[in-house]
Amino acid sequence: MGEHVNSRWPARLHVVTGKGGTGKTTVAAALALGLASGGRRTLLVEVEGRQGIAQLFEVKPLPYKELRIAQVAGGGEVRALAVDPEEALLEYLDMFYHLGAAGRALRKVGAIDFATTIAPGMRDVLLTGKVKEATTRSHDGRRVYDAVVLDAPPTGRIGRFLNVTAETARLTKMGPIKTQSEGVASLLRSPITSVHVVTLLEEMPVQETLDAIAELKSLNISLGRIIVNGARPALLTAGKVTKAELKRGLADAGLPTDAAAVNGLAAEAKAYLTRRELEESLRTELAEAGRPTVELPLLPGGADRAGLDELARELMRA
Amino acid sequence: MAEPLDVDRLLADPAIRIVVCCGAGGVGKTTTAAALGLRAAEVHGRRTVVLTIDPARRLAQSMGLSELDNTPRQVKGIDGENGGELHAMMLDMKRTFDEVVQQHTTPQRATEIFANPFYQAMSSTFAGTQEYMAMEKLGQLRSTDEWDLIVVDTPPSRSALDFLDAPARLSRFLDGRMLRLLLAPARSGKSMFSLVTASFGLFSRAVQKILGAQLLTDLSGFVAALDSMFGGFRQRADETYRILQDPQTAFLLVAAPEKDAVREAAYFAERLVAERMPLAGLVLNRMHRSEIPGLSAERSEAAAEALTGDQQMTADALRIHAALMRQVEREVRVAATLTEAFPTVPATSVTAQPADVHDVDGLRTIGTLLV
Repeated sequence: MGEHVNSRWPARLHVVTGKGGTGKTTVAAALALGLASGGRRTLLVEVEGRQGIAQLFEVKPLPYKELRIAQVAGGGEVRALAVDPEEALLEYLDMFYHLGAAGRALRKVGAIDFATTIAPGMRDVLLTGKVKEATTRSHDGRRVYDAVVLDAPPTGRIGRFLNVTAETARLTKMGPIKTQSEGVASLLRSPITSVHVVTLLEEMPVQETLDAIAELKSLNISLGRIIVNGARPALLTAGKVTKAELKRGLADAGLPTDAAAVNGLAAEAKAYLTRRELEESLRTELAEAGRPTVELPLLPGGADRAGLDELARELMRA
Repeated sequence: MAEPLDVDRLLADPAIRIVVCCGAGGVGKTTTAAALGLRAAEVHGRRTVVLTIDPARRLAQSMGLSELDNTPRQVKGIDGENGGELHAMMLDMKRTFDEVVQQHTTPQRATEIFANPFYQAMSSTFAGTQEYMAMEKLGQLRSTDEWDLIVVDTPPSRSALDFLDAPARLSRFLDGRMLRLLLAPARSGKSMFSLVTASFGLFSRAVQKILGAQLLTDLSGFVAALDSMFGGFRQRADETYRILQDPQTAFLLVAAPEKDAVREAAYFAERLVAERMPLAGLVLNRMHRSEIPGLSAERSEAAAEALTGDQQMTADALRIHAALMRQVEREVRVAATLTEAFPTVPATSVTAQPADVHDVDGLRTIGTLLV
């Protein structure tokens, strides 16, 4: 397997964030599918216990295990993992302290819940630590995954989630958690990682995208692309509609030309132009962030497998 | 389709003192809450306060909110002819938490607590703190009896249920078994871990090794300082929970006609019913509608294809219409899955606006679309 999965998407760990409702899970899944083309293997990870991946692929809730969720033409595959912080902590304790059955007992008395609750930063270290482990894992001298795609927390929480060192340093001055958080921190700041922000051409998502990019930049975390989801084709590029012309056109097309039809069509066209003008100004705002941008089309049939494959192709072309 | 939701009757009803807007993130909860508040003040003459969590900057500015100062500010530029007033505030999570601490302990203890790194972490990052503090603030606003109506916008949480669960989780955490174990030295003067079971001893050693001894010292200090407040915390959480169940409260579930938002809304509606919270209605937000529903998507697409080059404008207008018709169809289908799942819950829908709302006029328009 080559050094780079894909020269256009050179990172090995792709972190996908975005405001809630922008379709970041869909985009993360499409990216995992796209990067698995050409016989590669990718891992799609979620960390918030939402089971968004399972819902998207219409399968049963995912366990804390890496399971194949999709096959890709050319022999590639996407595996999926829902990281559970409690399981990650137990796995971690086991690795360092060989707790075995005692670990399970701790869970019964609520100790694990307690430990991950008293130190929210620790929870994030465990989650990102697991992602790091999968990204760097090798078997027989070969990388297990050509790329890992993380469906990350939304823009509002992404800075805190990825800035694990600062969060844990507040609480712990030494010990393996600190070592682990430092390892995660340097991975997230290396070219191996790329954080992509998904947005819609709507005011709040764009504002949050710009805020998140500024925040991640100030944390020196490796930024990737802005991914505009649900983009509509540009129509009426001349920018105006006249009712007289509409009426002639409708007549030529053999459609009704009564006032209601002409006025209705004109009103819809004007609403479209208002919307597009707003979208254009949002595109300009996004461009000021200075990040490469890719636009994905609105999926008329929704995010089923065919839709995801279409988005995957668009992403790999970009 | 469920019966229509009579928003005006709800807003006019003097027995309704709290309206909680809930739903998934990104569905327009904040705008809906602000529009409801404005209508209650202007049309129904009620002295209204809107508690927002994280409004869009321009929406906040339009209501005169320039900072997170935790104080209701009167919104200017509204019609006060019916004697109503609109006030708005943005939640400052940390300050609200600080106020709770101050109310329940001595100034000296409060200073100790504020200096503790655990308190600092928890008051700004504990999962659910924002939700808990939103409910705390609601309790405070209600207890002054200063407002005819309080409209609450719930936080954009990981799960829309967090604000229901957070008070219980936080109080469980604060007086839970683990904390009592850790508290042992403060109470008995003995070593923190001398009285505990073998597995807890193992755990504490693991925690000590992983996190370092300093962390446990800080934690134990935090817990000892908060000890006097446990009863107060739990009592307040319970009180707020009871207010939410009371008939003076009306929950409005806001949903956008998208698969994810509707799925979350359905889950949320089930939870509200299970918790005996008064679910007053569904608001289907951002529903598109066509001006000429008689012209089908297929027919206008076929016509657009057939038109020649010099009729580009009409062809594009027909394509726009076709895309709109398909969107309307999809939205109606998605929305129906929600209304059909909750046939007894009244529903209303709000037509999508071409541009985002960021002034009082825009909120007024949404208000008229809601009723």
